[in-house]
Amino acid sequence: MSTQRMTLAKGLNSGLRKAMEDDPKVILMGEDVGKLGGVFRITEGLQKDFGEDRVIDTPLAEAGIVGTAIGLAMRGYRPVVEIQFDGFIYPAFDQIVSQVSKMHYRSLGALKLPMVIRVPFGGGIGAVEHHSESNEAYFAHTAGLRVVACSDPADAYWMIQQAIASDDPVIFYEPKRRYHERAEVDLDAPPVGLYDARVVRPGTDLTLLTYGPMVKTCVQAAEAAATEGHSLEVVDLRALSPLDRKTIFDSAKKTGRVVVVHEASTFLGMGAELAALVQQECFYHLEAPVLRVGGYNLPYPPSRFEEHFLPDLDRVLDTVDRSLAF
Amino acid sequence: MHHETTVAPSMEHDITDGGPDMVQFVDGDGNRLPTCEANEPYAQIVEDMTSEDARSMYRDLVLVRRMDAEGHALQRQGELGLWPSLLGQEAAQVGAGRALRPQDYAFPGYREHGVAWCRGVDPVNLLGMFRGVNHGGWDSNQNNFHLYTIVIGNQMLHATGYAMGMQRDGVVGTGNPDRDAAVMAFTGDGGTAQGDYNEALVFASVANAPLVFFIQNNQWAISEPNYKQFRIPPYQRARGFGFPGVRVDGNDVLAVYAVAKAAMDAARTGQGPTLIEAFTYRLGAHTTSDDPTKYRSAAEVDIWREKDPIKRMRGFMETKGHADPTFFTELEEEADELAARIRRECQQMPDPEPVTMFDKVYVDQHPVIDAEREQFAAYQASFVQEGGN
Ligand SMILES: Cc1ncc(C[n+]2csc(CCOP(=O)(O)OP(=O)(O)O)c2C)c(N)n1
Repeated sequence: MSTQRMTLAKGLNSGLRKAMEDDPKVILMGEDVGKLGGVFRITEGLQKDFGEDRVIDTPLAEAGIVGTAIGLAMRGYRPVVEIQFDGFIYPAFDQIVSQVSKMHYRSLGALKLPMVIRVPFGGGIGAVEHHSESNEAYFAHTAGLRVVACSDPADAYWMIQQAIASDDPVIFYEPKRRYHERAEVDLDAPPVGLYDARVVRPGTDLTLLTYGPMVKTCVQAAEAAATEGHSLEVVDLRALSPLDRKTIFDSAKKTGRVVVVHEASTFLGMGAELAALVQQECFYHLEAPVLRVGGYNLPYPPSRFEEHFLPDLDRVLDTVDRSLAF
Repeated sequence: MHHETTVAPSMEHDITDGGPDMVQFVDGDGNRLPTCEANEPYAQIVEDMTSEDARSMYRDLVLVRRMDAEGHALQRQGELGLWPSLLGQEAAQVGAGRALRPQDYAFPGYREHGVAWCRGVDPVNLLGMFRGVNHGGWDSNQNNFHLYTIVIGNQMLHATGYAMGMQRDGVVGTGNPDRDAAVMAFTGDGGTAQGDYNEALVFASVANAPLVFFIQNNQWAISEPNYKQFRIPPYQRARGFGFPGVRVDGNDVLAVYAVAKAAMDAARTGQGPTLIEAFTYRLGAHTTSDDPTKYRSAAEVDIWREKDPIKRMRGFMETKGHADPTFFTELEEEADELAARIRRECQQMPDPEPVTMFDKVYVDQHPVIDAEREQFAAYQASFVQEGGN
């Protein structure tokens, strides 16, 4: 049976399993990834089936996890590292930006680090502080890294396998508030390219550029807008570095209006780059300035604020109206 | 209101005396020291060494010092942007480097020119990064000698992961000494304060990794004496991480070699990590950009100059009759030739082609880099065309 209905979490779990079956050099590392299966259970059952040598419960030390994964990758392994929550990647920031990203370059190509750093990211789950951050711009800004975000079960299943197969290091963002959403996954269909954006919903009046947890929000916004006679196109970027410029520009040129939607604070976020790129390359096609909807420029607030902090359907639609009014 | 400030009591300790725990085999005049509690476990290794071993070790010391001096001179002549000298640390590095077998792997900081030498890295290749033509001009997998690492402590974790990989590859404790492999990781006394260093010790301990941490305690981290980095010396701290630590006289090449060999043998045979603290001294400046007269006394440097590792080894060889005078003269000539070659090849090192700046950022094709490379090439070409017109 080639099509299965599964959650995004299960998509990741199945993708990891498949990658481990296909290549004995793939190893998983992180805090609690073994018996517990990770705090989100993404690695559930994998230690039981692949053993403690391939699903490694590490000491609680993020620089240590990423730093030792570098050594393992140098030795020919393909480590897949789990960072427990977005806000805990910072102890490993130095290893990622100083070493992971630069090893191939500084070795003049002699060394490869085929490693994946999985990061459950974003808010909306009512967590305490440091559990709801969107830090993708830090890594997208760093040359040598590839940064991707999945948004649905099928992409979760395929993208994790593609990321593991990549000879470049990949920061892999998982939208934690979408972990439990279900969809059909075709296990046989050839996957979309890891760095290709995807038009999730075609439209003609305006483009919503988004990724990760906001894809679903944007699709809902497009559905709502349709009832008022506006046709919105939703583009899931999937890759944040490198961006699939062609798909982005084609959509912008087609609709003439672009709104970027992400959870991260807008100041110097992905939206800043996207707005600059689109105006640079599609200037004569635009009917309105590129607008952004994002988190406010605050530390991620206590969870009782998050429904106001995070972009929601209304804020997206409000910004869509502003764009259409130009 | 009167506030009392409580500052840490001064913990200055003698940075010229390694204390009774320190493993040592040769005294300052080159005399073989009697067996004692500290050196007894390693005595046999030293006994087993031949005159030939002693000569070739001495040769390494001299050539490494000469190569380092040439690096320093080239910086002063404007050929290099920076040079971190190892002057005074030759015995620590040669002793450690020679304890490695071809299948072992070394992860250096940025001052380990002597270890590089022992791994067979051409000294000229060390100059590239200091000249600014590359970030390290050697293939680390060819010599099993990783690139220099500038961010203090980062490499300690890479070494640990690499050692864990060796474990998984089944090349540890196989019973076949030619197959068994281990890793040696280098940092300074300042580096022992870093988080990465401490995490590496945790990971290595928990994994029982085939790894030797080699700390060159050269007493200074730029201007900070080592008692600003720790209150308990590194070799004693190892115990707290769950594996043995040994302090060795870093200016006694025989002692360093013996201790390092024993530790590497233990690691290779599956007995887990050891931490070695080589008690030594940086005789020169931290780098060519540094002015050590601002922070340390000439008297202290003089004490350490007396402990010169090369002078000591030479004294030992002469008392033992390990070499005749022609050996020493010929070695001087060899050093001169090496220095001349390094200078010549450094000066001949071409600037890289500008467009190669874009190479090897990613393994797979990356559209942003590709586009920028093309733009850059076109921009460069526009000058050529202008010139041609
Ligand atoms: C993370 C980091 N902080 C600061 C520096 C700047 N720096 C370069 S060398 C050095 C001192 C290192 O001392 P030590 O570890 O004792 O090694 P040594 O230079 O004496 O061999 C410092 C502070 C650095 N390279 N990396």
